[in-house]
Amino acid sequence: MNQKQKKTLWRILATAALFAVLEVLRHLGVMDRFPVWAVIGCYLVPYLLISYDVIRKAALNIRSGEIFDENLLMFIATVAAFAIGAYDEALAVMLFYQVGELFQKIAVGRSRASIKALLEIVPQYANLETDAGVARVDPDDVAVGQTIIVKPGERVPLDGVVLEGSSLLNTAALTGESLPRPIDRGETIVSGCINGDGTLRVQVTKAFEDSTVSKILELVENASSKKAKTEAFITRFAKVYTPVVTLAAVLLFLIPVLCGGLWSDWLRRACIFLVISCPCALVISVPLGFFGGIGAASRKGVLVKGSNDLENLSKLSMMVFDKTGTLTEGAFHVSAVHPVGMDDETLLSLAAAAESGSNHPIAKSIVAAYGKTPDLPLKNLRELPGHGVCAELDGKALLVGNERLMRQFSVEIPAGESGATVVFVALGGVCCGEISISDTVKPGAKQSLDALRQNGVRSLSMLTGDRKAVGQSVADALGLDAVYTDLLPAQKVEQLEALLAQKDSDATLAYVGDGINDAPVLARADIGVAMGSMGSDAAIEAADVVIMDDDLSKLPCVLRLAKKTMRIVKENIVFALAVKAVVMLLGACGVANMWLAVFADVGVSILAILNSMRMMKKS
Amino acid sequence: MKKKFKLDELDCAVCGAKMEDAIRKIPGVNDVQVNFLLQKLTLDADGARFDEIVRLAQAACAKIEPDCKIVTA
Repeated sequence: MNQKQKKTLWRILATAALFAVLEVLRHLGVMDRFPVWAVIGCYLVPYLLISYDVIRKAALNIRSGEIFDENLLMFIATVAAFAIGAYDEALAVMLFYQVGELFQKIAVGRSRASIKALLEIVPQYANLETDAGVARVDPDDVAVGQTIIVKPGERVPLDGVVLEGSSLLNTAALTGESLPRPIDRGETIVSGCINGDGTLRVQVTKAFEDSTVSKILELVENASSKKAKTEAFITRFAKVYTPVVTLAAVLLFLIPVLCGGLWSDWLRRACIFLVISCPCALVISVPLGFFGGIGAASRKGVLVKGSNDLENLSKLSMMVFDKTGTLTEGAFHVSAVHPVGMDDETLLSLAAAAESGSNHPIAKSIVAAYGKTPDLPLKNLRELPGHGVCAELDGKALLVGNERLMRQFSVEIPAGESGATVVFVALGGVCCGEISISDTVKPGAKQSLDALRQNGVRSLSMLTGDRKAVGQSVADALGLDAVYTDLLPAQKVEQLEALLAQKDSDATLAYVGDGINDAPVLARADIGVAMGSMGSDAAIEAADVVIMDDDLSKLPCVLRLAKKTMRIVKENIVFALAVKAVVMLLGACGVANMWLAVFADVGVSILAILNSMRMMKKS
Repeated sequence: MKKKFKLDELDCAVCGAKMEDAIRKIPGVNDVQVNFLLQKLTLDADGARFDEIVRLAQAACAKIEPDCKIVTA
């Protein structure tokens, strides 16, 4: 509680005490001997004590023409209560309104504090190396190319490259992963991580505003601008709600009175409407619920860019995956060597010599499998993109590459299709063996996909540029419903569009990829999910949901969060509207009193906020 | 030009939405966002008249919620 709230609390206690005294006097019959003006005076003292700030705001708002203001409407309602002689009710309504407002402010303050805690990944300073020694400066003042020191236990303030030192990094704030990540000289370091027990000298590669931590913060802060349909509806609804309820109050009074009703009775009923005229419960609790959902996701290392993405995720029915690096490790290794007329070692040495200059992951895996530096006198080494490598060895042509390369040079190869990528080696126009390269399915991928199905995803499929046999073997291992192979990047978009056309109109489709070469597909899907993208700007830009590490189990986790968020938001909307509607109905029939109306206003608001705050709890 | 401000004493969520609408109507404002939970105002407006626009925005906010202040320091 801050100072202002403490003051309000004292006013509430003082008013409540005075109110109690007045009620006792009234029940003892003392009041009956007073003239009316004296009774009004007695009630006016506590009334003014509890409501002077409301009256002040009401007056200011009349002057500036804001007639649909909560303060003004409360003021009118209580003045009307005084007019019909319901002094105690007028005082009680104002008292309980203030109690409610106080609780509401405390609840909002609590939520604000927990949001701030969520955003506390921002480093406060950087240790900059200068000619005069190390100076502690604002991270904003560090320029690209300068060198900073990150001491043990400090938060890495800016993105950069480690010049000196090695350590273990705690990336939990970014990835939700508790296992520390080793970092060494020459490696890139991402801001927002917490340094372990080694001191690091880091050359800054990005200014503070472009660094990962600022990007993440901006995303979380701006998440509310990409509004969910539900949220946009509440905003629109709130704008018309107050004028409509106020108008209804006026009509509820005027029509019966003009038809000969008792004016004091109908005025009392109309006041009930005025008291319930604020849509606060919805306007605060709905955005708070979404914010809580986004915050809970970010704590698990998943960035959700907007509340609309959370809403879409909750309606997910189809999920499409990229293969390499998403479902599989993306790390190739030689799984089998089948030489013809030579031994394994010789076959590998030929392939490794030819591939040693290439940067292709498959080439690298062959060189790694050979394990030595190949030293064969190769001549005229050429790389044929999409095919392989050709060279000359002792006057004979050496070909290392795929089926297409072999066909191009009319080399006969053994028939048969395996579930792995195969590299053929041919010397002098004769095939002398094949090397199988495979990529393993990520550990735990099957469990994560099963968990997705349990959370309502009906169809799981995969798009890949790889060959049918390779794609099919991965699909079989994971139990996917469909697999689309041999796709060029542009065809991936076409295939995704075909899938989008298949789904129900109110369900959504998510595409999960690495965000590096499939940005168009990510953008086309209802929800683009980029994985393993810590520090990759391209992925953060293109996707709607960014999973900072490459852990597939985050997918069912964020899906559950999205569903929980939507459930809480819907609960609040239904609850608030239902209570308000029922109280208005009872009020119009003359059954409800103003006490109940105050509950329907601030009471509901507090309950809805408390419900939304469940999303903020650590789970 | 885009700048973020803190909003002091923003106590009412409906007012936040009203302020957003009012500020958006000020000539020269490209975009504006009021975040009730973070008590933040993000204003994207004509750089040449930025200070003047901030003053107009302050006046618009005061009209809706008298105690609410845009912290310009």
